Amino acid sequence: MSLLELHSVTKRYGAETLALNSITFSVQSGEFVAIIGPSGAGKSTLLRCINRLIDVSEGDILFNGVSVPKLRGKELRHHRTQIGMIFQHYNLVNRLSVLENVLHGRLGYKNTLQGILGLYSEQEKREAVRILETLGLYEQMYKRCDQLSGGQKQRVGIARALVQQPKMLLCDEPIASLDPSSAKVIMDTLREINRTMGITVLVNLHQVDVALHYAERIIGINRGQVIYDGPPHALSNAQIYQIYGSEAGELILDLKERYAA
Amino acid sequence: MEASLPSRRIRLRPRNRANTVLQVTLITLVLLTAYGLVTLDTRNIDVFAALGNMFNDFRIVFLEARLERLSWFELFRELMITVGLGLLTTVTGGIIAFFLSLFAAQNLTPRQVTDTVKALMAFIRAVPTVLWVLFFAVTTGLGSVAAILGMTFHSISYLVKAYAETFEELDSGILEALRASGANWWQTVFQAVVPSTASALLSWTFVRFEINFSVAIAMGATAGAGGIGFDMFMASAFYLDLRELGVFTYAVLIFAILLEWTATRLKETVGIKRPV
Amino acid sequence: MQPDTFFRRRRLQSLLFFVVILSVTYGSIVLTQFDVVRGLLAVPQAFAWAVVNFIPDERAWSRLPNILSKLQETVLVAIASSTIAAVLGLGLALFGANTTRPHPWFSLPARAIASVFRNIDVSVWALILLFSFGQSGFTGFFALFFVTLGFITRVMIETIDEVGVEPIEALRATGASYGAIISQSVIPSCLPQLISWLLYMIETNIRSATLVGILTGTGIGFLFDLYFKNFNYGSASLVVLVTVAAVLLIETVSNAIRRIIL
Repeated sequence: MSLLELHSVTKRYGAETLALNSITFSVQSGEFVAIIGPSGAGKSTLLRCINRLIDVSEGDILFNGVSVPKLRGKELRHHRTQIGMIFQHYNLVNRLSVLENVLHGRLGYKNTLQGILGLYSEQEKREAVRILETLGLYEQMYKRCDQLSGGQKQRVGIARALVQQPKMLLCDEPIASLDPSSAKVIMDTLREINRTMGITVLVNLHQVDVALHYAERIIGINRGQVIYDGPPHALSNAQIYQIYGSEAGELILDLKERYAA
Repeated sequence: MEASLPSRRIRLRPRNRANTVLQVTLITLVLLTAYGLVTLDTRNIDVFAALGNMFNDFRIVFLEARLERLSWFELFRELMITVGLGLLTTVTGGIIAFFLSLFAAQNLTPRQVTDTVKALMAFIRAVPTVLWVLFFAVTTGLGSVAAILGMTFHSISYLVKAYAETFEELDSGILEALRASGANWWQTVFQAVVPSTASALLSWTFVRFEINFSVAIAMGATAGAGGIGFDMFMASAFYLDLRELGVFTYAVLIFAILLEWTATRLKETVGIKRPV
Repeated sequence: MQPDTFFRRRRLQSLLFFVVILSVTYGSIVLTQFDVVRGLLAVPQAFAWAVVNFIPDERAWSRLPNILSKLQETVLVAIASSTIAAVLGLGLALFGANTTRPHPWFSLPARAIASVFRNIDVSVWALILLFSFGQSGFTGFFALFFVTLGFITRVMIETIDEVGVEPIEALRATGASYGAIISQSVIPSCLPQLISWLLYMIETNIRSATLVGILTGTGIGFLFDLYFKNFNYGSASLVVLVTVAAVLLIETVSNAIRRIIL
């Protein structure tokens, strides 16, 4: 059984806009999948449909055999605890400490009162500290998040997702706001998590070269439709053209330079 | 690596000054609030009965409002007198405050002078407007003269602070450039300072007008300034007429919302952040 | 545009501006029946009078304990009403803000309620509340409470929306409940701003409470009115002095707190 299955998932905004158009694919447990496509192709919407930050209009999503679109209340919250999410803008509470932000990943497991009071067990705190340590953020534990660099913030975001003990990570353009060296650290970290912890990673990327370098599988999306679904080495220039349209020229040029160098 | 983990309970939040001050402030405010409620001068009023009355009064004020003693034209005239009080005190206050604020801005005037002006203004501002009005009433008698003087005084102190802070936010390069070109002090003020801050100054002045409209109502009610505030006082304390009070309330509410709406538009275009 | 037409237009604009200001001022003077000459003369007269008469005398100092206890009453009413209004205002703001409202329908009513509360002046609230609470501390308490509630709701809606939807989205994605999102993300982000505005309202409300006290016969405002109307100027001046001292003290403490927490 696949970990995640999408069947003809469609998302409409109003009568006119079709953000996702009958998307079907499935992801096996432990895969590292990159979703590529131009801006506005529907990549973000697609990820947010999987953990139901956005409701789908039609179609079905099965996660671990459970149909996601019908989930309500407690069941929906339980579903979300199994999926960690990482954002382009890190989405941290800037005024709180790194440790507090990381522990936010445990809130999905709390009942209402524990959640409101922010009561975490010593074991949870210990686990959070351990994850921070492995991500090289032990020294920053008590710093306020707005004092961190972009790369550090994103690592806090990853730590927050990991304390959820998720089966899958959804990464929405995780390196789009980072400089090249921080971006590399983040992508390496994600690959490491995928390989050593066996967590499935689904990552939205704008950059084809990064996707080709890290992913085992590429899903290319344009205008809400899957254009390509297969291994990186089978992705042809013509298909990149198809996915990226007019933006493709520069991208392919970049790729050539990279391979030449 | 396990060894490096603290064996004691792990703190969530760092023990720093900001968090401590925040907590101490919160606790202090809660304690003072509790003490304030316990010691409130209740004059043996049954709170729950009074609260019931309050809702009934609100119903009469807002749903059964009607004019009894005044005509609609008189109501409008009274409202305009209140607006006039607000306008006059804002304009005179603004003009005087403008010149004073030049001597309160650190990038325009030596520190000793600005400190003195600022301290004086802080003192004036700390005296509630109504006390200023009553103070002037000793020599002029209760009436519009005392009200206008008192309100102007408070407006000046408020606007000097606002204007001076606006000036101080000015990019120092602009001043330097003009000084380097040999402009004298007044030329610098009118060629650089005023043009680059004019919209912010106007916006602050409008904020003060909003305040002065409210203050004018209050001065009508408490210090014989006339206008709609006085009519409200009479309706409340003398005729005990909630219905007429309701019409007045609607009149000032609508005008205040209009002013607030205008101020919001102004703030959006000028981008000032907060009242002082 | 030619340079000289540009400058001519600028001059014309300035001229127009001053004409408008002048006519508005003149109109207001006529409307309010303001006697300009008397007004101008009154300022030096008032201060000359104050230097001689408006100074605390021995009788005034003997009344200091009474004055201070009334001041305490006023300050406490201001703090209590503002603090309770801040808590409820934050709650109302959560309903009004775009990022935290439980349903889009809550937003408009929350904003409308806040608008009515803050746009009716505190003196007007006092005049209405006098009917049910009479000359008691409650009248002032509720008058200050209503206005502060409206004000805090408005500024907190702005603050919450400025913090943005991102941290809220992240906590939603972890499966956190609405209550947990509010208490662990929204409130920590907004608390320093809330405290800052609350301190600002306490400063404002001490002055307003003085005014309301004159209407309701409570606190320091009433005491001033009493001394003043009995020509007991020495004591009245002491009331002014202690009020100023209290306001300046609270302003200084607030500014210090703001500098640290913001």
